[in-house]
Amino acid sequence: MTINTLAKGGWHRDQMACFRKMEKVIVAMQDPDMGMKMRNQRLLITVIPHAMTGRDVINWLMQKYNMCEEEALHLGGMLVRYGYIYPLKEPRSLVLRADESPYRFQTPYFWTSTRWPATELDYAIYLAKKNIRKQGELMEYEKERYSVLHKRINHTWDFVVMQAREQLRASKQRRKADRIVLECQEQAYWLINRPPVSLTLSTFRIYFIAHFVCVCVCVCTFCLCLQIEFCRRALGRNRVKSSICLEGFVKYSEQYLSHDPIMQGCLPSNPWISDDTAHWTMNTEVRVPIPSRLRVERWSFSFMELLNDAMGRREFMTYLEKEFSAENLCFWQACEDIRHGENSRIVEKVEEVYKNFLAPGAARWVNIDSKTMDKTLKGIQHPHRFVMDDAQMHIYFLMKKDSFPRYLKSDLYKNMLAKAIVPQEVKKSVFPFMRRQRHSSPSPVPTLAQPAPVSDARAEKPERVDLPSSIVCVGHHSNHRKGSSAFTEFKARTSLST
Amino acid sequence: MRSPPIPEMATQEVQLSETLAHLKTESDTLKGKLEEERAKLHDVELHQVAEKVEGLGQFVMKTRRTLKGHGNKVLCMDWCKDKRRIVSSSQDGKVIVWDAFTTNKEHAVTMPCTWVMACAYAPSGCAVACGGLDNKCSVYPLSLDKNENLAAKKKSVAMHTNYLSACSFTNSDMQILTSSGDGTCALWDVESGQLLQSFHGHAADVLCLDLAPSETGNTFVSGGCDKKANVWDMRSGQCIQSFETHESDINSVRYYPSGDAFASGSDDATCRLYDLRADREVAIYSKESIIFGVSSVDFSLSGRLLFGGYNDYTINVWDVLKGTRVSILFGHENRVSTLRVSPDGTAFCTGSWDHTLRTWA
Repeated sequence: MTINTLAKGGWHRDQMACFRKMEKVIVAMQDPDMGMKMRNQRLLITVIPHAMTGRDVINWLMQKYNMCEEEALHLGGMLVRYGYIYPLKEPRSLVLRADESPYRFQTPYFWTSTRWPATELDYAIYLAKKNIRKQGELMEYEKERYSVLHKRINHTWDFVVMQAREQLRASKQRRKADRIVLECQEQAYWLINRPPVSLTLSTFRIYFIAHFVCVCVCVCTFCLCLQIEFCRRALGRNRVKSSICLEGFVKYSEQYLSHDPIMQGCLPSNPWISDDTAHWTMNTEVRVPIPSRLRVERWSFSFMELLNDAMGRREFMTYLEKEFSAENLCFWQACEDIRHGENSRIVEKVEEVYKNFLAPGAARWVNIDSKTMDKTLKGIQHPHRFVMDDAQMHIYFLMKKDSFPRYLKSDLYKNMLAKAIVPQEVKKSVFPFMRRQRHSSPSPVPTLAQPAPVSDARAEKPERVDLPSSIVCVGHHSNHRKGSSAFTEFKARTSLST
Repeated sequence: MRSPPIPEMATQEVQLSETLAHLKTESDTLKGKLEEERAKLHDVELHQVAEKVEGLGQFVMKTRRTLKGHGNKVLCMDWCKDKRRIVSSSQDGKVIVWDAFTTNKEHAVTMPCTWVMACAYAPSGCAVACGGLDNKCSVYPLSLDKNENLAAKKKSVAMHTNYLSACSFTNSDMQILTSSGDGTCALWDVESGQLLQSFHGHAADVLCLDLAPSETGNTFVSGGCDKKANVWDMRSGQCIQSFETHESDINSVRYYPSGDAFASGSDDATCRLYDLRADREVAIYSKESIIFGVSSVDFSLSGRLLFGGYNDYTINVWDVLKGTRVSILFGHENRVSTLRVSPDGTAFCTGSWDHTLRTWA
């Protein structure tokens, strides 16, 4: 659900789809062959026909949809919350209980989807009926709403009272059991669908109605033309066979399986589970003496993986320097900087790149094919963000096809892989009072006083970060499960300026 | 007998409606042809290919942290590259930066509008972007100086003609991609606030976007209320691929880690996987008992699992390859509005209308 659906009265559209699905479930539940077994339930002295227990509902859902009890309870709870099933014993408590509590199906006449929207007028008639029937039977909130409605739609109040009286008279002619059933159904309906009653139309609603801009109606022709043009282009597109693409997913998942902490855990432990940040400390961006084995292995998966890891990129640069082709990587980085940098500095950066990498006799001249070079040099006359794209692409693929595979076979890489550590698994401590302190980490935001770098993650001593004392720093607060420290921390935090 | 002369207006109207009808027929015919072309190369289903893959065992994930502090519905969140900090925004106009590991709040900003539907963390970790009903996207540089008012340094970057539904930094702090209720997406230069490129093609509100992790880093996907998911070229502004198989609004789109596919979550209670090279939908993740819409989706690091946050307060975990549901997670007390896996895949975080955020691992 979004603001948009609220604005266009599309709450209705969005909810209707859900209602239809819930109604399918309800209809299946009442199927004469495969549905639930109903029985008579005793409610005080009256016998209510066609009722079931909460336990029945849950068992049926579990069996029909092959789900666990928790999920059946959740789904059944939704059915009660939206009024498709209502409780008989405690009508105001719209929850599904997994016991012998009696429930009944709401009649389709009173489904939210059938009678949408619930009007204030109908609600007023209902409250008036209750009021007349037994003086003082209205709950506190109902009394409030009754008086608010009385003020709001005062002009129709005679009609309201008249209708209420008529409906009461008609119901007196029914059998007692039917009358009770109808009262239960009606009560259940209004518990869920009572319209919000406030003295002024909520500004929220007005705002959205005012903002309702229907783009599609006005630009229908425009959209259709775009659509047609798109289809024409798409028809000429090259596609790959499904078998090849889908095989790709299987391979990818397999390759990355051991790198996926949620799937296979991570070493020494998942910080979120063990409260130990060792895993993060061992894998920081650049300042790690020895990287982990998984990390180094990952560099071999693809050229992009190597470049995306700051340490990998640094290693690759070292290798290229040995091969006297480091200017390629430098050029590529400079081009990335142009592409993703500020607009205002594009011209100056392009100048720099030309001077250093492309000009004849440049200090770090890159070897690009003549066609691309000509095109780039021409483009530099009128520099823009993407002027280096072709040249950058050329150098990227050069590195990917040539330097990268050789790097993976090189001693530099192989030694790194051999040196790389495989951390010992550290299991989560079983005893709660031995839970580790949760250390804070230096914020990426620059400060005046530089914080000390983290040295030994396994030390139990709290980290001191040099921040102004007024900032809440919880490195040295013990784990806030205890009541009092949690309260003081909360107080300190709320004093932070916004 | 001579017929009376037809007034000029009526002729024009007739012509216009004929053109419209003509265009509509042409569009429908082409769409049909496109579907035929796509179907030609579809020789196998994903779950068939996945038959040889080992099934997943018992799945246990729990809430490891609960972040309390928002005064109203949490609408959006994003992770910092340091893998533990997050930014979250809520209906009451507050944007909060947390260290999710210690659950401390580190920064807070009060926006001048309510319903802050979009927020994003800058790659450097030094700024956050947010926006919503104000139709703008603003960037706030973060500061550790307690005396500094974050709102003072605010930079107004994007301007749309309707609410901002999503925003994301590209590879640097200098550019922002936004999507809006006005049906367009746009790329902006943060420093100058200049519009670099706009993307037109959705016929209704655009609700979500995601940047491709590809080598050339030039495309992104967006999903909208017109049930379409469009893939765009950031350089030219053109829509290069489009998929329309959902039955309702698409609330969330997310790329598969390899960049060759993306998943979408919709109000029709299904998640779907679209392959970009095959140019078609390749999987649907749905169940008869799942009735409420998906608000947010994300992949685990290996792409084997797809997490979906649903409007019935639950999180369903899907096996992407086999198409089956692995687990259902309970915990939130109102609809899950946003879900993101952390950058290193150790956990995922959800934000909900119950005013809290939860980290699961």
